[in-house]
Amino acid sequence: MNVILVLVGFSLLVALLGLGAFFWSVRSGQYDDPYGSSVRMLFDDERPEQAEAANPVANETTKSNQL
Amino acid sequence: MINKEELTRCYHCGEDCRSNIILFEEKPFCCSGCEMVYEILSSNDSCEYYKFSDHPGLKYSSAELGKRYDFLDNDEIKREILDFSDDGVSRVKFFIPNVHCSSCIWLLENLRRLHPGIIQSAVQFTKKEATFIFRDSEISLRGLVELLASINYAPYISLESVDKSSKQKVNRGVYYRLGVAGFCFGNIMLFSFPSYLAIDDSVEQFIRQNFGILNIILGIPVAFYSGSGFFISAYRGLKKRFISIDLPIAIGILALFFRSVYEIMSGTGSGFMDSLAGLLFFLLIGKWYQSLTYQALSFERDYRSYFPVAVTLISEQGEESILPLKHLKAGMRILVRNNELIPADAILIRGEGTIDYSFVSGESNPVIKSEGQRIYAGGKQIGSAIELLIEKEVTQSKLTELWNQKHGSEERQNNWESLMDVISRYFTAVVLLLALVTGIIWWFTDPSKAALVVTSILIVACPCALAMTLPFSFGGAMRVFGRNGFYVKRSSVVESLSQINTIVLDKTGTLTKSQDFDANLGHLELANDSYNLIRSLARHSTHPVSVAVCQALPYATALAVTGFIEHPSKGLEGTVGGHQIKLGSDEFVLGRRTAEPVAGSLYISVDGKPAGYFILNHKYREGMREVLTSLGKRYELHLLSGDNDAELSALLQFFPSKDHMNFEQSPADKLNYIKKLKAEGKRVMMIGDGLNDAGALTESDCGISIADDVYHFSPSCDAILESRQFMKLATFLQFSKTSRRIVMMSILFSFFYNLIGLSFAVSGNLTPIVSAILMPLSSVSVITLITLTIYIASVRAKLNKEDSV
Repeated sequence: MNVILVLVGFSLLVALLGLGAFFWSVRSGQYDDPYGSSVRMLFDDERPEQAEAANPVANETTKSNQL
Repeated sequence: MINKEELTRCYHCGEDCRSNIILFEEKPFCCSGCEMVYEILSSNDSCEYYKFSDHPGLKYSSAELGKRYDFLDNDEIKREILDFSDDGVSRVKFFIPNVHCSSCIWLLENLRRLHPGIIQSAVQFTKKEATFIFRDSEISLRGLVELLASINYAPYISLESVDKSSKQKVNRGVYYRLGVAGFCFGNIMLFSFPSYLAIDDSVEQFIRQNFGILNIILGIPVAFYSGSGFFISAYRGLKKRFISIDLPIAIGILALFFRSVYEIMSGTGSGFMDSLAGLLFFLLIGKWYQSLTYQALSFERDYRSYFPVAVTLISEQGEESILPLKHLKAGMRILVRNNELIPADAILIRGEGTIDYSFVSGESNPVIKSEGQRIYAGGKQIGSAIELLIEKEVTQSKLTELWNQKHGSEERQNNWESLMDVISRYFTAVVLLLALVTGIIWWFTDPSKAALVVTSILIVACPCALAMTLPFSFGGAMRVFGRNGFYVKRSSVVESLSQINTIVLDKTGTLTKSQDFDANLGHLELANDSYNLIRSLARHSTHPVSVAVCQALPYATALAVTGFIEHPSKGLEGTVGGHQIKLGSDEFVLGRRTAEPVAGSLYISVDGKPAGYFILNHKYREGMREVLTSLGKRYELHLLSGDNDAELSALLQFFPSKDHMNFEQSPADKLNYIKKLKAEGKRVMMIGDGLNDAGALTESDCGISIADDVYHFSPSCDAILESRQFMKLATFLQFSKTSRRIVMMSILFSFFYNLIGLSFAVSGNLTPIVSAILMPLSSVSVITLITLTIYIASVRAKLNKEDSV
């Protein structure tokens, strides 16, 4: 029968980890701004190697064409 | 109503652009953030969103800012505004009212690419706040603010942002409590499961015993941490001799907990810990829902939130320096520039004052002041800089005294009792009486069961569903209002709205628009064919007055204008069809003050000869006629205006009699008028917009302030109404009544559950399983019922569509 108690103890421990994770997420402000977080995840990350490739001269011409 | 077809969708984010459309490459944008993001995207010829370190085409206009942010170089002010500054790195948090869409977040959070001195920026969207961390050596605080202002995200810096004591801390307690309750609820349910299986052997006994002890351990934080708020609130209520809904809840929690501990320890049963945890879990969801309010809106503003942080002091030698406002003393000389606020009552000693008192009175026609005249605090100077001699300290000016006066009566006395207060009082009395009577009866029939029955009654009468009713129905109504541009401070304001029977309206800025005029032609001494000269001149200006003039004059083909000059806050001039035309204030056009200045008149001269004047009246808001007619049927209407009674006859048809219309009212008169109405037993709602209504708004049972931009200035109040939603006012009031009926209905519904539970309890048959089923069932069904009916009601009232900023 003791095996059940051991398992129950473990399951509680795992659940407590979950609770701890929840506390951490609240503390770090993840529930303060639901809208901001929902759009922030859609922003592109930086990709420096692409930025290097962009040609400033080409940019100038397209811009003046549009204007 | 706004037609769907008429809406202009922002090219970038797809939001409704409203009035302030920014056109770029013939595409509409809702804000400069979207426009800039589009510009960056298109100029890079691809979706290289991230490639804007070169910021192509970005227009800096910091030159226009001039000395506006000079005060941010002052060390004392800097220290007060900065959150933190150490080792060359500073952190500051600003309220930025213009933040309203995802592009805004993106742009502000990528600010470091616009300026290398900015290390990091983070936006808090719900509060419209942004935190910046920057290197002092590369960008000053002033530089940062000017950078923000140049990309149209000027932060709102006021005396209040300097006063650290008023900054609130984030309250995350409800999340922790909810988390603990949810965690324990899940585990207790699991541990309670074996006891519901009616097998009886030694193994089962062993599990039951140990799991019971685990349930007690898990039940302790639920009852005394998650539930602590209810104990505190019940205790506070009792201390004030007041029975709140939290009292029966607190009794229920205690009964559940101790009955369960007793049952488990004595081995007589498996206890009600699962019901307890479930109860608190649901109750806290209600509390959490109630806590969701409009964080970016400020309902409790005082003069500090719109007064400047610093003023420009002029020393006796004529040198200018920056002085923090709190050091401003009577007798000092200060300089007030264009668009700056006058911080204290003062006398004009140099320059020409054109003071816009729209903050104070809602009246946007500037008042002209000349040297030697007294200027009261709260006005804004428009035009060239003026010098003032301060007469009184900031806290003693006429305006701030009005604010301080109302702080005396913080507890506002309404002429009715809240529905929940009445119910909880009788409910608690009935439950306690019932527990006592049945306890006595059982004591004589079967003494062993008496304690059991009494605790069962207390458990089952715990008004869980009842306590959820209010936050969910009025909270639901609050969200419906919010979607339609009507923001209430908290859900209980919806109940106040449903209870009022008298409405007091301010005129200027409330019934009339603050920026829109009707021009009256009655005083022109011109031949009809000369009208077109004026019209041709006026069409070159976008000033609201010029627009009104254009609309008032008959249409004709516009003539060419040469030498057009627009003098800010003075007038226009130019040559049309060979004639020199001037259009503007008396002093500008005639070169002198008119003996009897007619309010809102616009003078004209042709070739230097006076040619009469227009009279400008404020335009009434759209739908005012309908709103007032429909409100007049159900409410007693009153008018309080700071203006003269020129419009009495035009407005008389909407009000019951002349006695209900009061003109030339001072702020104190307005406040006293509301007091008088309340003393007569009326339930008063006040609608106003300016600071001169502030006293009346706080005194009334429900104060609504009307604002063109809800995130900018508004006096302290219970609710803020977007001015373009004024026409829906009657619908809002009707909906508040509907939601009160929904509350009544769901209260009856939850009583029905209590009755079922009580019938089990009184007969001594309340087993843990009955309670474990009944409690969540009642809560969930009541919430579902409320949410559904609120939704149906909002569809019926045509309030279900998103229609707000």
